[in-house]
Amino acid sequence: MDLSYSDKEKAFREEVRAFLDEKVTDDLRDKVNGKAELTKDDMEGWHATLNEKGWLAPNWPKKFGGAEWNAVQRHIWEEEAAAARAPRTVPFGLSMLAPVLQKFGSKEQQDHWLPRLLNGEDWWCQGYSEPGAGSDLASLKTTAVKDGDHYIVNGQKTWTTLGQHANMIFCLVRTDKDVKQQEGISFLLIDMDTPGIEVRPIILLDGSPEVNEVWFTDVKVPVENLVGEENKGWTYAKYLLTHERTNIAGVGFSQAGLTAVKRIAKAEMSGGKPLIQNPHFAARVAQVEIDLMAMSTTNLRIISKAAAGQAPGVESSMLKVKGTIIRQEINDLARRAAGVYAMPFASEAVEGSNEPLPDPLAAGPVAAQYFNNRKLSIFGGSNEIQRGIIAKVTMSGGA
Amino acid sequence: MNFELTEERQMLQDSLRRYLRDKYDTKTRNDILDSDSGISADIWNGLAELGVIGALFAEDRGGFGGAGFDLAVVFEELGRAGVVEPFLDTAVLAGGLIADLGNAEQQTHIESIIGGTLHLAFAHGEPTSRYDLNQVQTTANADGGAITLNGRKAVVINAEAADMLVVSARENGANNDENGISLFLVPADTKGITIQGYPLLAGGRAAEVTLDEVSVPAAARLGEPGKAFAAIEARVAAANVALCAETLGAMETATGLTKEYLMTRKQFGRPIGTFQALAHRMSDLLIEMEQARSAVINAAGHLDADHAMREKQISAAKNLLGRAGRLVAEESIQMHGGIAMTQEYELAHIAKRIVMADHRFGDTDHHLERFIALSSA
Repeated sequence: MDLSYSDKEKAFREEVRAFLDEKVTDDLRDKVNGKAELTKDDMEGWHATLNEKGWLAPNWPKKFGGAEWNAVQRHIWEEEAAAARAPRTVPFGLSMLAPVLQKFGSKEQQDHWLPRLLNGEDWWCQGYSEPGAGSDLASLKTTAVKDGDHYIVNGQKTWTTLGQHANMIFCLVRTDKDVKQQEGISFLLIDMDTPGIEVRPIILLDGSPEVNEVWFTDVKVPVENLVGEENKGWTYAKYLLTHERTNIAGVGFSQAGLTAVKRIAKAEMSGGKPLIQNPHFAARVAQVEIDLMAMSTTNLRIISKAAAGQAPGVESSMLKVKGTIIRQEINDLARRAAGVYAMPFASEAVEGSNEPLPDPLAAGPVAAQYFNNRKLSIFGGSNEIQRGIIAKVTMSGGA
Repeated sequence: MNFELTEERQMLQDSLRRYLRDKYDTKTRNDILDSDSGISADIWNGLAELGVIGALFAEDRGGFGGAGFDLAVVFEELGRAGVVEPFLDTAVLAGGLIADLGNAEQQTHIESIIGGTLHLAFAHGEPTSRYDLNQVQTTANADGGAITLNGRKAVVINAEAADMLVVSARENGANNDENGISLFLVPADTKGITIQGYPLLAGGRAAEVTLDEVSVPAAARLGEPGKAFAAIEARVAAANVALCAETLGAMETATGLTKEYLMTRKQFGRPIGTFQALAHRMSDLLIEMEQARSAVINAAGHLDADHAMREKQISAAKNLLGRAGRLVAEESIQMHGGIAMTQEYELAHIAKRIVMADHRFGDTDHHLERFIALSSA
């Protein structure tokens, strides 16, 4: 056991900090702080900046062009990037599809899709959930029927995050209806420009247009876009969800969020004194800070284990549940701290903002952020599903 | 003891519920929210005709209600339907202050308020006052027959639509003295008033109101100079009864939608409400609903009690509704899943109303501390 950072790790932190200091422009920082929406160009530009440095894919093996960082490096990166208010990378291609292609894709698929991911030629979105298949993902109904050298896809996907920007979508589709649900699912890569695809925006409760419905009507997909074997898609999907969850603790977001709570509470007056000096409010802040300090170490312990070759299993479900509880509690504190100035409507996020409050209205978007982040305990397998997994694995000896 | 509504209140509740069920669906409200004014003149006039505003004033002021239970009945229904029109601000707060403090001349406005033709806003809170009613830095300087107002008022709900503002200002004393605060009835278009408006997250609009050398006649003052604090506190107590009842109504809608969804949404081949993990949580919400209803009844029933008892009951209700409301809103969203995150689903607005009610007139923490202080006094 040694909780201190090595000289090498300290040097890495300095390098990361210097890089972020140089590359996160005022404009980007303002947008991440919620003054305006990050555009598609902003996000693609940030990917290009990271790619130039070789840091776009921290988790990928070097042989695929990744940085292959260890757990501590990734932790340092997450902390520094959140503190610097750097945009986050778009995870659907980099963190979710790529591990599947690297493990189950053909050599041709790896050679074709992975470089395009790094150089920004493709923007991927995820076609998993359907209106009738949320927590019960395996009940999905979108079909793919083989017809010569194509599959014909029909159905509907939903909650497709940033699908409006995507040119590619990876989908779970049903290729066999006559077997157990999990055994008739395949994993398909689909070009969004194919005739028969329609994307319709869903406006969320905070006004943000970040998710979509995607409709498929007789969409022709070449058979070479099947990943792995037909009807083995559920295995790949589960593998992908495990990877989706390794970052889901969101420790960096929570740390930045807690900083913002303290900043707001220092500026906000209550009974003639700064709110941060109010014992009741201070106790709430301390409580969540204590939880977060332990969470940070839990996160590191689990990532280290995963990096040592042990697949993150039930622990990733634990990270998801506790990580989202902490992050949502911090969002609640930020809303609470802002007092009456939480009421004005501003749809942009300021989670983790380090800006001073020249005008009290600058605290406004904390309430929108609070509502938007109710999604954290719903998506990527709801917290109820995660608790079910934890119980099943720990109390019966296997999932 | 009798927990039944009087016949008159029962009729009001029935007609109001029927009217809003017919006229105020999610689409209608979303269209209102997207409009420039953020409120619907049709709904305002329709509800005024139905007697909704009259029910908020006592008989000797031209209304036919005004008691705690009248407020509770009206606002529970407004909350159930998620009505965004600011009846609380025009009638209970600003209108109520005119009714409580106004002279005969000033009282003549009440007829127009009840008729639905006069809109008001209460400009009291300031950028650094948070939930403290005694923090007033806006100044009122009397000089002969004229009074000059200077200061800034924060998040003044309905300021843009208001014909007149009820403005609090300090005539003497330190920033946090209860003594020295006066109220003035000021036409919104008076020279020196700047209104910078914006929409609110849970519907309706508010504004930052700046008063720069605003000159009003002494006749604009409501009540005695420097003695308005007690009336402000009493009116905010009434507003908290209304807000708690409104939140209760919204919580009824949230739990109703959630119960229905749990019984109809199927995953893993069965309604999700048959999973014990969700069924028990739904049960907890229903238990909290009963507690919330009782807290509203306690507060409404003590609105005319002596100061100490009234304020203790109000703080108890606001604290309990804040806690139970957050639980109901968050659990309703969670048990629905993604659908509850979408703007076109009724729960989205209802959940925002429930949670954001905690940001008016003191949140759960504020009222917990206040309850402790009132209990040890």
